[in-house]
Amino acid sequence: MANIMIRRDSKGSYQFYLPKRDLEDTIVSMEFDTPEKWGGEIKLNNGGAYYIEPQAAPARLPYSVRAKRLDAAE
Amino acid sequence: MSALTREETQALIQEVLEVYPEKARKDREKHLAVNDQSIEQSKKCITSNRKSLPGVMTIRGCAYAGSKGVVWGPIKDMIHISHGPVGCGQYSRAGRRNYYVGTTGVNAFGTMNFTSDFQEKDIVFGGDKKLAKLIGEVEQLFPLHKGISVQSECPIGLIGDDIEAVSKKSAKEINKPVIPVRCEGFRGVSQSLGHHIANDAIRDWVLGNRDESTFESTPYDVTIIGDYNIGGDAWATRTILEDMGLRVIAQWSGDGTLAEMENTPKAKLNLLHCYRSMNYISRHMEEKYGIPYMEYNFFGPTKIEASIREIAGFFDDTIKAKAEAVIAKYKPMMQAVIDKYKPRLEGKRVMLYVGGLRPRHVIGAYEDLGMEVVGTGYEFAHGDDYDRTIKEMGNATLLYDDVTGLEFEEFVKRVKPDLVGSGIKEKFIFQKMGIPFRQMHSWDYSGPYHSYDGFAIFARDMDMTLNNPCWGNLTAPWLKVEPVAEKAAA
Repeated sequence: MANIMIRRDSKGSYQFYLPKRDLEDTIVSMEFDTPEKWGGEIKLNNGGAYYIEPQAAPARLPYSVRAKRLDAAE
Repeated sequence: MSALTREETQALIQEVLEVYPEKARKDREKHLAVNDQSIEQSKKCITSNRKSLPGVMTIRGCAYAGSKGVVWGPIKDMIHISHGPVGCGQYSRAGRRNYYVGTTGVNAFGTMNFTSDFQEKDIVFGGDKKLAKLIGEVEQLFPLHKGISVQSECPIGLIGDDIEAVSKKSAKEINKPVIPVRCEGFRGVSQSLGHHIANDAIRDWVLGNRDESTFESTPYDVTIIGDYNIGGDAWATRTILEDMGLRVIAQWSGDGTLAEMENTPKAKLNLLHCYRSMNYISRHMEEKYGIPYMEYNFFGPTKIEASIREIAGFFDDTIKAKAEAVIAKYKPMMQAVIDKYKPRLEGKRVMLYVGGLRPRHVIGAYEDLGMEVVGTGYEFAHGDDYDRTIKEMGNATLLYDDVTGLEFEEFVKRVKPDLVGSGIKEKFIFQKMGIPFRQMHSWDYSGPYHSYDGFAIFARDMDMTLNNPCWGNLTAPWLKVEPVAEKAAA
């Protein structure tokens, strides 16, 4: 489990940030992306994958959340 | 010499790597690359932020350097105690030329060195009592200071002193913030972790201090983040922002004060110059206070113009109009600078090796002068910095991460740039090799280089260095072959 931060970049897509490893990347796909259910498996541009417990979408981004690493690129 | 092709550059890297033992070669190979603009992600071509190899001459610093020297040091009205042996503080004292306004020793302490000067007995019995005593003495001798930061040096972490407890107790006694920073030099692989630790300390101990207090804000409040006022950089930047109609409420941390930092959460936009050292706190403020941050680049008129327009994009039309007026006002001045220096500098090739930001930020300024950057590299950048660099650099140029002394020398010998921009440790090696050199960490005791005012100085300095007649006189007169032969012929 790791703390991650999700924000929107200037192009409007989700951006993933893992402070512990200083890893910044765009999120290519998010399993659930609706106001009621948000999160699930997220895939990064670098090939890594993380899992966020599905929850209601955060009212405001950036948003810090605990995520589980499924598959780290590197 | 014309530019190297992709194959030649690749061959050059292989040639340089040959001297290493196999294991070292494998490791170093990942840190050297030929730039390819089509690559989206830097990690496909270059590895960064890894431990330096034992035995090579790395140019990196330590976490203490990143925290005390870079982030905390320039905050002028605080006293930064180098907690540990005397050397770390003394040898880094005032070397970075973070200019400030104030009376040193009275209400500003930027160029002074405060240290707990650890002796053997402090290592054996712990230095907490000494620290408490030191804080008391500081309070008595310098009553106008606004706060204290305790910058740990290596032994503090090794012997396990509890500086947090001492800080909390002393803060109550002197009724001023005392901030423990756990930036022991052995942490991490370079100064980069020191920046992160320092940012986290600011987040935990400083940022929320004035959340409850009132602050007369305007819709145009911005902050300059990650500008350390080297040679006056932040002042030059501030002039432009104020001309645009914005109000700069804080400078982080060049010529900055503790109060400014505490008031930063009241800003409308954080302007982030040094992304590497202060992105952490900008991200935090974006999340906690909803303040957007924007990376900008104030090197060279082209980039400045683009940045000014982007900054103005966050505000209303009055700012946008003023931004255009600022650009129009400086355009003829900048044209005059370019007209004067471009003919003298055009076509010259530059190799850079600096810290975590300038290897990509100054490229625009060189290009404005008609110069070409043929190789660049960072001491302590991470993957995201290289992502941003790939787009700025030309194809088939060299990229080197945490370059070793040997690699850098060999690259320069082969690429034969007309100018090398790096730090003080590299300066004299290259000057003795007969290559013009600018120290790009502290602007070679010149500056400012940021902003419009800085560009004029930048152009002058580059011309002064490159076209200096001394480069033609490096061979001793009796070793010069040609003139003798000519005389004999006459």
